Amino acid sequence: MADGAARPLLDVRGLKVGLPTRRGHLPILNGVDLHVKEGEVLGVVGESGAGKSITGLAVIGLLEPPARIDGGEVWFDGARIDGLSGDALRRIRGARIGVIFQDPLTSLNPLYTIGRQLTETIRTHMDLGADAAEKRAVELLDEVGIPAAASRLGAYPHEFSGGMRQRVVIALALCAHPRLIIADEPTTALDVSIQAQIIGVLKRLCREHGTAVMLITHDMGVIAETADRVAVMYAGRVIEDGTVAEVVRNASHPYSHGLMGSIPTIGERVGRLPQIRGAMPRVGAVPEGCAFAPRCPEVRDLCRAERPVMMGGKTTSAACWQYSPRWADSAGAAGAEAVADG
Amino acid sequence: MTAGPLSGSGRLMGALYRGADSDLAYSFRRNPVVVTAAIVTLLYFFGAAFADWIAPHTPFDPSTLSLGDAEKPPAWIEGGDWSYLLGTDNQGRDIFSTILYGSRLSLIVGFSAVIFSVVLGVGLGVTSGYFGGWYESIVMRAADVQLTLPSILVALMVDGVARAIFAGTDIKTDATFAIYVLIFAIGISAWPQYARVVRSATLVEKSKDYVAAARVIGIPSWRIMLRHVLPNTMGPVLVIGTIDLALAIITEATLSFLGVGIPPTQPSLGTLIRVGQEFLFSGQWWITLFPALALVLLVLAVNLLGDWLRDALNPKLR
Amino acid sequence: MAETPLLEIEDLAVHFRLPVPLAERAMGRKPKVLKAVDGVSFAIGKGVTLAVVGESGCGKSTVARLIAGLYRPTRGRVAIDGHDVTAARDRTRALRRRLTMIFQDPQASLNPRWRVRDIIAEPIKAFGIAGDGQETGRRVDGLLEQVGLAAADGEKYPHEFSGGQRQRISIARALASQPDLILCDEPTSALDVSVQAQILNLMRDLQDDLGLTYLFISHDLAVVNHMSDRIAVMYLGRFVEVADAAALFAAPQHPYTRLLLETIPDLGMTGRDREAVAGEVPSPIDPPGGCAFHPRCPHANERCRTERPELRTAAGSAAVACHAAEEGRLPPAPAGGAADG
Repeated sequence: MADGAARPLLDVRGLKVGLPTRRGHLPILNGVDLHVKEGEVLGVVGESGAGKSITGLAVIGLLEPPARIDGGEVWFDGARIDGLSGDALRRIRGARIGVIFQDPLTSLNPLYTIGRQLTETIRTHMDLGADAAEKRAVELLDEVGIPAAASRLGAYPHEFSGGMRQRVVIALALCAHPRLIIADEPTTALDVSIQAQIIGVLKRLCREHGTAVMLITHDMGVIAETADRVAVMYAGRVIEDGTVAEVVRNASHPYSHGLMGSIPTIGERVGRLPQIRGAMPRVGAVPEGCAFAPRCPEVRDLCRAERPVMMGGKTTSAACWQYSPRWADSAGAAGAEAVADG
Repeated sequence: MTAGPLSGSGRLMGALYRGADSDLAYSFRRNPVVVTAAIVTLLYFFGAAFADWIAPHTPFDPSTLSLGDAEKPPAWIEGGDWSYLLGTDNQGRDIFSTILYGSRLSLIVGFSAVIFSVVLGVGLGVTSGYFGGWYESIVMRAADVQLTLPSILVALMVDGVARAIFAGTDIKTDATFAIYVLIFAIGISAWPQYARVVRSATLVEKSKDYVAAARVIGIPSWRIMLRHVLPNTMGPVLVIGTIDLALAIITEATLSFLGVGIPPTQPSLGTLIRVGQEFLFSGQWWITLFPALALVLLVLAVNLLGDWLRDALNPKLR
Repeated sequence: MAETPLLEIEDLAVHFRLPVPLAERAMGRKPKVLKAVDGVSFAIGKGVTLAVVGESGCGKSTVARLIAGLYRPTRGRVAIDGHDVTAARDRTRALRRRLTMIFQDPQASLNPRWRVRDIIAEPIKAFGIAGDGQETGRRVDGLLEQVGLAAADGEKYPHEFSGGQRQRISIARALASQPDLILCDEPTSALDVSVQAQILNLMRDLQDDLGLTYLFISHDLAVVNHMSDRIAVMYLGRFVEVADAAALFAAPQHPYTRLLLETIPDLGMTGRDREAVAGEVPSPIDPPGGCAFHPRCPHANERCRTERPELRTAAGSAAVACHAAEEGRLPPAPAGGAADG
């Protein structure tokens, strides 16, 4: 695979996911492009309905039918993994891609002890004997910061608090030394002071093991602290991609810019928060042209007519016509029609 | 991954799918069996309501009967007569007409029994769920006790007790009286289901903040129950009610078949089957077979409708 | 404060008895008691926003619900504009009208079977604010427009709206009774950030226009910082620190407040490496003795383990419940740690 060598660890190209319904085909993802490099933490952010969770599920082949991949490619570690059989995908998940979900209880079987779930997973993916697997399980629990790890192997998930459970899930995800971890809202269900602990553990372990992370969340604070690079999603596409510092402080796309501005911070007190008017279009009701055009303060005729592709912005790449040479020629500067908020 | 991590994504996809695809009317149209069942049920309602006009004969008016027409086989069999489509019984009554009138009685008893148990069960369910405490305990224990008694046993007891009480009074224990007893007996044994379902739905709704919002502005409890909680608990009641209608019709038929139901002077489907089965071995199979088929068809159609409603509204029933 | 505060609560507490299985009750086991709120006091003047922050399970929502009259307090007293409304019978219609509540979940706080028009009209009818049906209709239209919706939206059902729009409907319903005080129970936690900004701005505009008073319950310190004049930090049913917003963020006193401020993921913290803070919130059913925070506190000593600290006025406007702060054992507040983001 000569082509594969040059690719990043995870490379998603033009990914389309749709849901067939009786009212027609509902496009949920409209061509998602993103990549994760070896050892890098990519934050995927967006508001609910932007398609960030669906992207994660599609990458690891966990889409629930009838939703299905309509187009695009997913490359992992130099091989194409979209369209692989369920068995082949299952081997990749767990062994080479670890998965962490929002609710730790969905990833843990309530009927088995933590120790059994860990050793089983370890032995599925690694060639280890029972004793060695148990030793490894203790090491893992120790690494994720569970006190007295050896004595907790016999405990059931319900005996752990939410934060401890999420630590166990991280241990499970890490147990086969995966190259990539996909974490979907890993801290959303936890209390703020516990969130910080879990982010810390995730960040430390991935750095130590050199594991890349695709961190999907709506919480910009979490992204700001954890990610190296950020992909901002809007209405089923990635609309901006850049380093975390640039996206947070100096976003190129008007949507990301507005989004960052609308988040209250502890540092400063302002009279009114800058707000983006309107709301993200619903799935199936995404307008022609740029999906953000109806809410955009900079909108021009060009935006309404044609959908922009990713292009080099100020400091990041953004899907916005402002950064195209055609912007200067396009008419209709300023003056978007009034749109009701909400 | 030991357990399927799918439930999270499942909920997400479910929400998407429901938003795009859930529509009672659509799932109805798409299902030919349900459409057929609905048409059959409607035909029964129609036939029962307009029996006086549709029935070719008036089987319970002795002056129109002629023993010469007795025990005629169905029309398509030799010796049959096209004015008696499904044949006649031993007194010359037209089977098709008796089925129409019998269905009317069965439906009246079934519907009334269901309405009776719905009113009783929903009333007790919503109040016990809303107020809780010892009142709830009493109602729910009573429901448990009620559920241990099979409806036929209850009906037999009620029938016996009612007859004993009213035997010495002016109230006649005639066909109309029998209908009231049946409605009470069948209805009283079904209320616990409604009470249980509505109580648990009430507990869920009560904890939602729209009820809290109403309480904050001082809306009285009875009004919150009636206007806020009750309408949000009606989905499962509709499902159980439909399935119960089929059950009530069967129970009525069973009781009438056992002879404690509706007397032969004004027969329901069950009575017709009982009366007719005496002729089964003497060769007049049509006298009992057609009423029996009519009963099966009606109950099957109503049951199919109920099952479909349950799946379509998808409350977690049993 | 010379004038009567709009809302005053004193030593308010509610204890819930947890059900014990019959078999265990027969064995003589006493029912466990959950002290959801265990003696909190504060006063809010007119036009002011007081925020109560804390992690889930600390009892902050229960405080709002106690004030709204949704629970009966075990002890303590609630007064609206000087009138005691602790007992339900003292909660007259006129006093009820003066306070309303906005809830967290925009899905569950609107009756799905009612038209928006009827939802908003309910308080108007309950308090007899409008003379007739026509005037009710005009008021509903006005309220819808006031919160940024169209009068025609009144004909729709709640499910036809997005989360942010539903929260606007909730606000319109809360305004319908022309209240002075609105209890806001996590009004934006279920919303996306861009929508959250819209709702927070709307709430501030309404406060400016109508002179509303807010009791703002939230777990999000950044939102609280943006919205409130005064902040109470709650931990396991009690206030551990009450201070003016600016003072609290500039110089947090209580170790728990400091922990919260340090651990919250914030936009300004790009690339920061965090110290993992040990420990989790203990169960409120069996809280630790002494100061409830002592198992997680780096400054705890023997006194903290045995004696429960009371809220004491500390520097300036702040009140802190901490022995270490009182004895001067705490290191100086990590000022600027939060302010220079």
